[in-house]
Amino acid sequence: MPRYLRNLIIALIVLAVLYGLDFVFQARMISPYFIRILMLSGIAITLAVSLNLINGFTGQFSIGHAGFMAVGAYSSAYFSVTYGANLAATLGGGKLAWAICLAAATIIGAAFAGLAGLVVGVPSLRLKGDYLAIVTLGFGQIIVVFLNNIEVVGGARGYSGIPIVQSFFWIFLIAVLTIVVVYNIVHSAFGRALIAIREDELAAEAMGVNTTRYKVMAFVISSAMAGAGGVLLAHFDGYLNPKSFEFIKSFEILIMVILGGLGSIVGSVLGAILLTVLPEALRGFAEYRMVIYSLLLIILMITRPQGLLGSTAAFRGWRGRRRKKSRTEAEEITAEDTRDSASVDKATLGERQSETSLREKDSKNK
Amino acid sequence: MKRILLSLTIVASLLLALACQPSGSGGDKVRIGVFMSTTGDTANFGISSVNGIKMAADEVNLAGGINGKQVELLIQDDRSDASEAATIVTKFVTQDQVHAILGEVASSRSIAAAPIAQNAKIPMLTPSSTNPEVTKKGDYIFRSCFIDPVQGAAIAQFGAKSLNAKRAALMVDRKNDYSTGLEKVISEVFTRLGGQVVVTQSYQAGDQDFNAQITSIKGANPDVIFVPGYYGDVALFAKQARDKGITVPLVGGDGWDSPSLYQIGGAALDGCYFSNHYSPDDVDPIVQKFVTDFKTRYGTVPDALAATAYDAARIMFDAIKRANSLDGAAIRQALADTKEFPGVTGKVTFNENRDAVKPIVMVKIEAGGKFVVAERVQVEGAAMPTAATSASPAAAASPAAPATGASPAAKTSPAATKSPAMTTSPAAAKSPVKTATP
Repeated sequence: MPRYLRNLIIALIVLAVLYGLDFVFQARMISPYFIRILMLSGIAITLAVSLNLINGFTGQFSIGHAGFMAVGAYSSAYFSVTYGANLAATLGGGKLAWAICLAAATIIGAAFAGLAGLVVGVPSLRLKGDYLAIVTLGFGQIIVVFLNNIEVVGGARGYSGIPIVQSFFWIFLIAVLTIVVVYNIVHSAFGRALIAIREDELAAEAMGVNTTRYKVMAFVISSAMAGAGGVLLAHFDGYLNPKSFEFIKSFEILIMVILGGLGSIVGSVLGAILLTVLPEALRGFAEYRMVIYSLLLIILMITRPQGLLGSTAAFRGWRGRRRKKSRTEAEEITAEDTRDSASVDKATLGERQSETSLREKDSKNK
Repeated sequence: MKRILLSLTIVASLLLALACQPSGSGGDKVRIGVFMSTTGDTANFGISSVNGIKMAADEVNLAGGINGKQVELLIQDDRSDASEAATIVTKFVTQDQVHAILGEVASSRSIAAAPIAQNAKIPMLTPSSTNPEVTKKGDYIFRSCFIDPVQGAAIAQFGAKSLNAKRAALMVDRKNDYSTGLEKVISEVFTRLGGQVVVTQSYQAGDQDFNAQITSIKGANPDVIFVPGYYGDVALFAKQARDKGITVPLVGGDGWDSPSLYQIGGAALDGCYFSNHYSPDDVDPIVQKFVTDFKTRYGTVPDALAATAYDAARIMFDAIKRANSLDGAAIRQALADTKEFPGVTGKVTFNENRDAVKPIVMVKIEAGGKFVVAERVQVEGAAMPTAATSASPAAAASPAAPATGASPAAKTSPAATKSPAMTTSPAAAKSPVKTATP
């Protein structure tokens, strides 16, 4: 069987399964509460997997994901509020018409978020080091202040009246698409270049990888997907508030990625589901809910600092501890070793620079 | 493969935990879902509100419940997050099958959750969300506090009628929609009541020096200065204004309500007024009983949020009692029929937008930082000025509300008295001045 035919069949099966589940859910055979949590998990998967592309695979530290999400959410919401009803009416006004509107809104949201990613990424990714973290953090803050002051989209009072046209089918279609795109990127030549940048930026450059270009590309793709995640959210509750996109949201997504494991797509999916379902599953504990939740996170991070399913190499690469060890050797790294450096400390940055210059020589010698 | 298996196990166990959650026990109880932010950035508001609601529920349960049925509160925290609020309400209406919902403090969370309650036809009453948008989500959504335009009208009416001011100065925080919203209404209503806004000056939250504005205000020689802002800036402004020899009273809104107000402003604020939901120093026996009970139970003086939440819970219990049924539609109708409910924050009646119409307390600041109730100002919700109606599109914007003859608005404010209500201030609309002398 030719490859494309196999892929096509798989795609059709996925579509059929999603559509079937959607149909079952709409028939209210399962409690809407579970479906809601499931849908929220789907949105979280989109966000976490897209952030993993930049933080996990490319090794750049971005902490402004919620900002891009906000750009996508607000731009698409503006589109849907202003043109959605008219567009749907011209297309026949049915469910399908709204689905087309939603698709258009998703594309618009992703495009705007991607554009924002380009604007933020081009200047900051030309530099090496942790500048991206600072710039993305700043971007996230600026977006919130900006949205708070735009009256057209409700300002601080929030943007309401967005058509609620979200479905299980669409959320998980976007989530699956995100996973497929990230998987394909990672397993392509492009992805190899990204991983090379993560492992050692100087060495990658020496090998002929245009690091800035690749980093910016990965960043723009990641931002656009975050924007798509924002679109999903905007049309889910039909209400947006700048408060939902504050930096705490960025950190929530970051925790999903780190908890699941940097550089692991399955890990991100797991982290996203875990962090969405866990607070709800713990509701029975009433006041102690968030205490238990935080404790669980701390225990998880102490016992598995590389994340639930994270590859140790990605973890070390991100942290900046580079050693001349092969991937297999790296997995045997002792728990002791990982624990003593569980956080990103400034000291290792200096060490990294000296190490990289050594590595540079090494790679040249090779 | 091993990884995927591991993930599947974790996810499956999580879902199992979710499914095994204790949901609302059935039985012969009145289940009230309460969603509040008891953690997160507005946690203090949420905790105050929950305390007020808990007290109201215990009182009704001690007295034998509602029509013999005990009240069961299902209190859930939404981490000050709008999406989580919507999730909780989904849980309330599906898993727990609550009969009524109370929440939220912040308008953003109420707006996110309201459509879910509306779709499930479960009445939802918010004690303190002031955004007009909240109750526009449908005819099952009620609000038991005043909205900002009403507050602005009350402030203006108080200035024009009770203080007999003819010339007003306005001091507004241009970057704050609460402040600019109030300013718009105040200046319009004040002008309509025969006054004149002689000068409008603006500042920005955090400003330290108000000399330029004060000079300009002093030159205009006003009888009253309206300062619809937050306590920090207001207190500083008051101090500097008094230093420059301005003696006329300053009047503001509930943004003033903070112990810090007097700590910063001190004696400069003596003789000034602000509008609020209630005052713990009110001599009204209902208020005093509430304050004493609350103090015995929690050890602190209840703030405005505890009072509004306490009232909201009691209004809901009262409606369920009158409905004599746990059916959502019956409770909704009973809620809509609520008339002159004697609450801590005043006598509550719902208008056709399902917003509470009730007197607004004007608090006078007396020497030593004592907040006493100067007057209860009743502003008809339907008699709002045009500036306010543009901020809160009224009747026309909510066709969802059934215009039955039993609609409370129809009873309390016949159309004819609506518009002059502001100018003539009929006896019924304004209760006698109550001054608590210390």
